[in-house]
Amino acid sequence: MTDSKYFTTTKKGEIFELKAELNSDKKEKKKEAVKKVIASMTVGKDVSALFPDVVNCMQTDNLELKKLVYLYLMNYAKSQPDMAIMAVNTFVKDCEDPNPLIRALAVRTMGCIRVDKITEYLCEPLRKCLKDEDPYVRKTAAVCVAKLHDINAQLVEDQGFLDTLKDLISDSNPMVVANAVAALSEIAESHPNSNLLDLNPQTINKLLTALNECTEWGQIFILDCLANYTPRDDRESQSICERVTPRLSHANSAVVLSAVKVLMKFMEMLPKDLDYYGTLLKKLAPPLVTLLSAEPELQYVALRNINLIVQRRPEILKHEMKVFFVKYNDPIYVKLEKLDIMIRLASQANIAQVLAELKEYATEVDVDFVRKAVRAIGRCAIKVEQSAERCVSTLLDLIQTKVNYVVQEAIVVIKDIFRKYPNKYESVIATLCENLDSLDEPEARAAMIWIVGEYAERIDNADELLESFLEGFHDESTQVQLQLLTAIVKLFLKKPTETQELVQQVLSLATQDSDNPDLRDRGYIYWRLLSTDPVAAKEVVLAEKPLISEETDLIEPTLLEELICHIGTLASVYHKPPSAFVEGSRGVQHKRLPGSAGSGESVDSPDTVSAAGVSEAPPAVIPSQGDLLGDLLNLDLTPPTTSGPPPVPSSGMQMGAMDLLGGGLDSLMGDESEPPPIPLRTDTPQSPQLSHQSPSPPDYSPTELGGDLGGSPAMGAAFGAPPAVMPASFSAPVSGGLDDLFDLGGGVGMPMGAYSPPKTIWLPAMKAKGLEISGTFARRAGVIQMEMTLTNKAMSVMTDFAIQFNRNSFGLAPAGPLQVLTPLSPNQTIEVALPLSTVGPVMKMEPLSNLQVAVKNNIDVFYFSCQYPISMLFVEDGKMERQVFLATWKDIPNDNEAQFQIKDCHLNSDAASNKLQGSNVFTIAKRTVEGQDMLYQSMKLTNGIWVLAELRVQAGNPNYTISLKCRAPEVSQCVFQSYEAILKN
Amino acid sequence: MIGGLFIYNHKGEVLISRVYRDDIGRNAVDAFRVNVIHARQQVRSPVTNIARTSFFHVKRSNIWLAAVTKQNVNATMVFEFLYKMCDVMSAYFGKISEENVKNNFVLIYELLDEILDFGYPQNSETGALKTFITQQGIKSQTKEEQSQITSQVTGQIGWRREGIKYRRNELFLDVLESVNLLMSPQGQVLSAHVSGRVVMKSYLSGMPECKFGMNDKIVIDKQGKGGSSEDGGKSGKQSIAIDDCTFHQCVRLSKFDSERSISFIPPDGDYELMRYRTTKDIILPFRVIPLVREVGRTKLEVKVVIKSNFKSSLLAQKIEVRIPTPLNTSGVQLICMKGKAKYKASENAIVWKIKRMAGMKESQISAEIELLPTNDKKKWARPPISMNFEVPFAPSGLKVRYLKVFEPKLNYSDHDVIKWVRYIGRSGIYETRC
Repeated sequence: MTDSKYFTTTKKGEIFELKAELNSDKKEKKKEAVKKVIASMTVGKDVSALFPDVVNCMQTDNLELKKLVYLYLMNYAKSQPDMAIMAVNTFVKDCEDPNPLIRALAVRTMGCIRVDKITEYLCEPLRKCLKDEDPYVRKTAAVCVAKLHDINAQLVEDQGFLDTLKDLISDSNPMVVANAVAALSEIAESHPNSNLLDLNPQTINKLLTALNECTEWGQIFILDCLANYTPRDDRESQSICERVTPRLSHANSAVVLSAVKVLMKFMEMLPKDLDYYGTLLKKLAPPLVTLLSAEPELQYVALRNINLIVQRRPEILKHEMKVFFVKYNDPIYVKLEKLDIMIRLASQANIAQVLAELKEYATEVDVDFVRKAVRAIGRCAIKVEQSAERCVSTLLDLIQTKVNYVVQEAIVVIKDIFRKYPNKYESVIATLCENLDSLDEPEARAAMIWIVGEYAERIDNADELLESFLEGFHDESTQVQLQLLTAIVKLFLKKPTETQELVQQVLSLATQDSDNPDLRDRGYIYWRLLSTDPVAAKEVVLAEKPLISEETDLIEPTLLEELICHIGTLASVYHKPPSAFVEGSRGVQHKRLPGSAGSGESVDSPDTVSAAGVSEAPPAVIPSQGDLLGDLLNLDLTPPTTSGPPPVPSSGMQMGAMDLLGGGLDSLMGDESEPPPIPLRTDTPQSPQLSHQSPSPPDYSPTELGGDLGGSPAMGAAFGAPPAVMPASFSAPVSGGLDDLFDLGGGVGMPMGAYSPPKTIWLPAMKAKGLEISGTFARRAGVIQMEMTLTNKAMSVMTDFAIQFNRNSFGLAPAGPLQVLTPLSPNQTIEVALPLSTVGPVMKMEPLSNLQVAVKNNIDVFYFSCQYPISMLFVEDGKMERQVFLATWKDIPNDNEAQFQIKDCHLNSDAASNKLQGSNVFTIAKRTVEGQDMLYQSMKLTNGIWVLAELRVQAGNPNYTISLKCRAPEVSQCVFQSYEAILKN
Repeated sequence: MIGGLFIYNHKGEVLISRVYRDDIGRNAVDAFRVNVIHARQQVRSPVTNIARTSFFHVKRSNIWLAAVTKQNVNATMVFEFLYKMCDVMSAYFGKISEENVKNNFVLIYELLDEILDFGYPQNSETGALKTFITQQGIKSQTKEEQSQITSQVTGQIGWRREGIKYRRNELFLDVLESVNLLMSPQGQVLSAHVSGRVVMKSYLSGMPECKFGMNDKIVIDKQGKGGSSEDGGKSGKQSIAIDDCTFHQCVRLSKFDSERSISFIPPDGDYELMRYRTTKDIILPFRVIPLVREVGRTKLEVKVVIKSNFKSSLLAQKIEVRIPTPLNTSGVQLICMKGKAKYKASENAIVWKIKRMAGMKESQISAEIELLPTNDKKKWARPPISMNFEVPFAPSGLKVRYLKVFEPKLNYSDHDVIKWVRYIGRSGIYETRC
């Protein structure tokens, strides 16, 4: 049988011919024709015109033909919904077929046809199939529930399929259990708050039993589901771990990695002094190593995951360095990942071996790989002090090869080594300078310039070298320009006599000829510094630089925790949280590791505990809290746009230079003999003079200015950041900022009552046969209430009240029946409070806070819609930890930030904070900058969405500015409205 | 879960396209072709994200298989599934080639419908699939046959059907090992490991219960403790330390975890029972001693000695030594004591082949390589010398101790089963740097 011929029909009038063949009486011919249709469909031709003809072939005993027709249906039903209905009868009939394979086929296919009319007919057959005697049909039906839920979630709930699905978890057949688990997990993902996957010790036990018996794929579904469970205590955790560990010997890598995920997560709860804890750690290493002998694609996934595991628990693989050695014919993506892990595992014990390997790699062919290998040598030097000397000599050997990109990469890392070990390896500078001409990449040029500037006093011709760069100043990248500026200023401060001209030249280039604001700003700062107080300039620019930390490229702890919960999945491959690449509500939930039950660690702050509890000495992360804060604060420290150019004398450069070289030079030359006229408060980084005149952020940290490029990768990162972020490195001194920010602590005043808007008329009597409803929403003692006034303006008595909500954005639903006990007689008014829950069905509304309500009484059903203030969804535990707040703020992309103005508000910041707290908007920190109060606030919605806010209040100015950051930016508008309502009320 | 699965030929023409989820559109088919298949540079990752859609791909000869999703799927599972898909297709129609895929596209669609439901992998054991996906249509099956099929597909023992009968109960067991080595020019072992597989062919009647035993150090030590100490010491030498092993899904893992015994009901026919890895006390069948001397800028002298390091009564086969040569090689002169050696310009290597070589022997090759003078600054990277061979023993030292078969319901016993055991050691990546 050669089906390939079907691919080759390219004649014109093909559709017409096919139509004739499809309607042929001969069965064989029909089948041939359908095959041709499917072949055309595959290659992307539109054969939807044949719909009725193909569907006509559906009534057949030939299963092969039937399957082909079904395949066609799945593809085109959506585009021809009216025709698709023709198929329903056959489906329904097939669902009753004595052959279980045909019953399953029918229910499986029906679920794939996304046409409303068909789904309606699907319910009855599906219900039967879920209870079918044959496990094959049941397992297919279980998945079909998930399909149906994807098309019409409401229908699934109304029909009670979810309960049936839950029952299937107790099915006698393991495959049915596995599919039910898979379907429930998927449905639960789109209902973050529902208790759909009600995991309790009994269900867990059932799952663990099924785990031993089902197919490899089923085991994966079950393990992935288990990973979402949080055991009650360490004993339960241990017993689950014991039952999961045998899976580590499964031939299927996915089973192994999913088991690793469960173990990594549950291990958090085990006390570290427990014997079992050690046993478990030992058991984890061999299967991880075995994954490296799988096919390359799997190796890649495994390596990306091992990278996470090694960061979280370095002890697991610390003795397994050798398996990560690169093989000559590994695909490049495997090579690069292995290299990363080698550096993470490098220690004093194995550094000799690692270095020998890295040296080999530096001679390979692939440029990216070679670069990474060279960089890795530098990282080894920084990480393992004992190896630094050998690393440097290895790097020098590599520079001798004169291979352009090797040299450049080597120079970049040597700069870091200088930073880490000052005054140790400067003897190599001469060798570096020889290669100056061959550097053509910005990063390498900037690194070299930094070295020249930093060690200007030891390089005889430093001025010549720097001058050579100056010629093409405007063609350089910003990175190089900024570095050159700083380097020349350093040079000037070190050798003032010979380099006046040079510094004038660079300052003029930076401030007058450049249109890059960062460069200009930095130029002016230096200029002013040099002209007002060169001694201060020296203190600032040539200040001692802080040491750089050892580990680089570490993943931020909160993200790492989340990624550990996603081991084996795409998130772990991308090293990004699922919300970063998954659309819609799925995956928006952030998973967390459970808190440790270990001794001596407080349970109330699981985040920090588990982050710090990784190893005895948690490695320092380079994007440290300080930088993070710097970034955060910088958001509001950016200069007001109205401020004009700095007060440069109109005669420009000449005047400035004169000034600079006049008064400045003297004091610079004689700075030992006479004390500077104004005592400099070097202990506080804020220089009063500076903050007075500078157009830029008022406070500069000396270390930042002098050591900016500084060499540490973190600094490098700040350096390479887009210009808009650049001032971050100038921003407030880290420690001061932290104190300021956290001074406030919990010292916010007593909360006042939650805000509740005044009642408005929702349903006018005109529209509801005499029933008038006005109402409002309130949150009282943690319960959301809908408070309504019902007035009977009709002539007859009203009874039998009932209420129902349509699906809405936050799943609001009546928590009980509408309590109108007595009949409502004409002209009577009654007040009703209806408690609401938030576990109802969810559907996004427009606007978001819209709620559609149906009220029924003995007369009729009435519909109205109203809007609720989103503030009533703010839950009581919406106060975020400060660290978490900082991390989250940073983690949320800037695109998600929304800014609003609140006008005419006359509260001071404390009063505002109090008022907001009453509505569960919690102030985490307060900071005052230039008379402007910044409140950092958090709130959490009932569905687990966090909203972070920064409220700016300026004394005397009735207009507040509020910036909101949230992973679900849609809510920002509503939150803002609530803010406005709360504050103005 | 998996949103769609596409199969392309080397030109990027789509041969099979099956979409499981509504969020994957036809444009995904083209996105992968444009961004990956037609991309100029080498593939930098097997996972590609294009416009918020993730593509997982594997390649078999010149056929691309791509799985597509927009969700946070289990990535390991997707790749395992793609491999499994390849296995299933090969089991049905042999090599995965454009020709075969086109010839069997109806079958492939049928398979895809069965083994992937809404993107969730379902039972994909070929043994089970072949009972009901036959391309013949389901003809008049009896009710019993139908329920037998479904119970097998969903059952606990999805890999074996009931009622198998053989006149002769036979078992073939192959221990296949590949020994991997990376050695420094000075003869220092940088890394060495054996990855082994136990591959079986079983032709047994009924639902036999099998138990497999080998000289696993943990088991032997445990037994040694129970028995006499003298016995323990003796067998301790012959036992091997297994770093890690993984098993076919028929093996009861919980039993292995608790007792370290390997018991299972085998699939019928061919299957891989287990994989294992060892790193300690590996017998390295060959030692390669390279000597490279650069004579001026235009000449290289290479001498390579290989020594066989196993019992002299055994014979190694299919020996091949591959010595890389620089890109600017203009000519090579070769002298070898044994076998045939050739310079292959297209592969930039000298290939030296020896058909057979006994243990404890030694042989050598010398080559003079003439180089064209170049002004290329970059030094020649000197790739390692690699070796291929096959030896009739297990370099890890693994020995099969027993393979017992119990079938209580039928009247044959362990003694009636004819068992064959074979050991083959092959070179994996066996490299010596020079």
